[in-house]
Amino acid sequence: MQPGALSRNLKNGAIWAFIVLELIFFTVAGEYLSLSEKNFMDADNMLLLLKQSAPIGIIAMGMTVVMINGNIDLSVGATFALAAIVLLDSMTWPFMQAMGVGAIPLAWLFALAAGTALGALNGLIVWKTGVDAFIVTLGAMLGYRGLVFMYNGEQPTSHLNWTLVDFAEAQFLGLHTATWFLLLVTAVMWFVMNRTVHGRNAYAIGDNRAAAVNAGIRVGPHMMINFMIVGFLAALSAVVFYSESGSVNPNDGELYELWVITAVVLGGTKLTGGAGSIVSTFGGVLAIQLLRKGLSHIGADTETVNLVIGLILIAVLILDRQLNIKGREALRT
Amino acid sequence: MEATGARRIGQSLAKQGILIAFALFMIGFTIANQRFLDPDNVMGVMRSSAILGVMALGVTFVVISGNLDLSVGSMMSFSTIVVLDLHDRIGPELAIPAMFLMTLGLGAFIGILVGYLRLNSLIVTLGMLSAIHGLTLTYSGGQNMDIDDKAGTWFSVFGRDEALGVPMPILIFALLAAVLGMALAKTPFGRKVYAVGGNGTAATFSGIRRARVVLSCYLISAFCVATAGLIQASRSLGSQNTVGQGLELEVLAAVILGGASLLGGSGTIFKTVIGVLILGFIQNGLLLVGLEFYVQYVVTWVIIILAVWLDVAAKRGRLWSSIA
Repeated sequence: MQPGALSRNLKNGAIWAFIVLELIFFTVAGEYLSLSEKNFMDADNMLLLLKQSAPIGIIAMGMTVVMINGNIDLSVGATFALAAIVLLDSMTWPFMQAMGVGAIPLAWLFALAAGTALGALNGLIVWKTGVDAFIVTLGAMLGYRGLVFMYNGEQPTSHLNWTLVDFAEAQFLGLHTATWFLLLVTAVMWFVMNRTVHGRNAYAIGDNRAAAVNAGIRVGPHMMINFMIVGFLAALSAVVFYSESGSVNPNDGELYELWVITAVVLGGTKLTGGAGSIVSTFGGVLAIQLLRKGLSHIGADTETVNLVIGLILIAVLILDRQLNIKGREALRT
Repeated sequence: MEATGARRIGQSLAKQGILIAFALFMIGFTIANQRFLDPDNVMGVMRSSAILGVMALGVTFVVISGNLDLSVGSMMSFSTIVVLDLHDRIGPELAIPAMFLMTLGLGAFIGILVGYLRLNSLIVTLGMLSAIHGLTLTYSGGQNMDIDDKAGTWFSVFGRDEALGVPMPILIFALLAAVLGMALAKTPFGRKVYAVGGNGTAATFSGIRRARVVLSCYLISAFCVATAGLIQASRSLGSQNTVGQGLELEVLAAVILGGASLLGGSGTIFKTVIGVLILGFIQNGLLLVGLEFYVQYVVTWVIIILAVWLDVAAKRGRLWSSIA
């Protein structure tokens, strides 16, 4: 075995081991503590869990890419809300209403285009001004939220389209529509990051930007594409979610950026860039959702979820650091 | 020669850009609305900015030392809720020091994780944002916290009273800004903070105990947060669990507007105060000219990016980034 391989395997498997641990814990604890008759590992419960993971999960796939690239996007929550408003509001426009069912794909297209455009704007600013992505997207988080409010004031935007609701609530092969989207996005992003030139370059830029530049990689366009991906996915997440709920408040999606980043970091992606994997992020998303569901299953207050997730995030960070030190020692000897 | 002269003027303009922008804003708003520079209005703006400002003072230390603190919003909710709860249990005389100790304890925890264990401050404080929020909710049971005898307590002095004709929140903000500004600019400790943020390795080699400096910065930040929580609690005498939610990013925006670099090593207390005032006056000015509160979000966005852009452009001597 190569030096460091053990710690690497440990780290890659850690999130899945954690998920198994959660499943065992909540199943056993649920036997004693849960008020409901149902088992935690009940099939319906698990299917619902996957569906509920979708909104955060879909965005997390995009965030993984941006973070591997060495950037970060704090504006995804606001982009999510803005895309939702575009989706619901555009269906009430006169020419769209005249189109009947044909308006649905067009509304989806508008929403996705809006999200992609907001992502592109972030990417363009980061590229052309050279301002740190953290600051650019921190500003955008405020700015895009402002745009959300300007669209419809403090009023919720609502439009229920029953065809759309039926589509969103449908189950194909037992899985909900939202789950299918999550799986599809995971598969596509895995392909992009592992089997395309763009993915390889994204890793290279995140790992060592100067070296990437010397190797002739055009850093700017790659960064911009990644911001467009996360914008697109934030919009896709909104499109899937609000097709079903049909009503969006201007505050919706607040703090999503924090949940998404937590899921990505739990999955082992480095904030400094260059390392991370789509599949592990999928694990991180599941782990968080399991924790939420599990804690409420054993009757813990919903308040404790925040406490537990925060502490787990820090614990993971400490563990990760210890493993890294071990890995370096293994290299040295 | 002329080109370099022009560039030098451009650079010094960009360096003072934030002050110039501030002046332009003040002039514009004054023309748009006569009431803008009215003493009452100015006082009102400063009073409502004081809580944000006090928190920004502490975060300035953390940012200069090269770290981030995203937990100040939930920490402020925590201290507000705790002091209100303890007020009725053990009286304000004991509640205030107890709350300060608990908040400082949280700050010490973060400081140890970031300083001594060398963990990434963004993730640690992101985790603490969530954890402290959960802690607050568990502490309060999700209920709003109110003082029973609102009329009979002297506790409201920090938020509602005036001294020498100046509202207490402004006095506290000014006093704290003066003390911390001196500490940062004139003491060996302040120089160590800059050294650690500017080049941590070099600072370590020159004998500065980096971990201890980082811990101190987080303790200062926690102290400021506790003070902000005290003002908030004293002003409202009752509070929701989410009173500080989202403030962490507004605070950071103010610090960045003031020109502190997220990479550490630069920034001053004075500039942070300017950043806080800019945010406050923009908010107020836009409301006075009849725009909705959310327009300020968009304006803040544009200003933050322009301010930081000018700053980095001045440093590299070119407007556009060299990223290919």
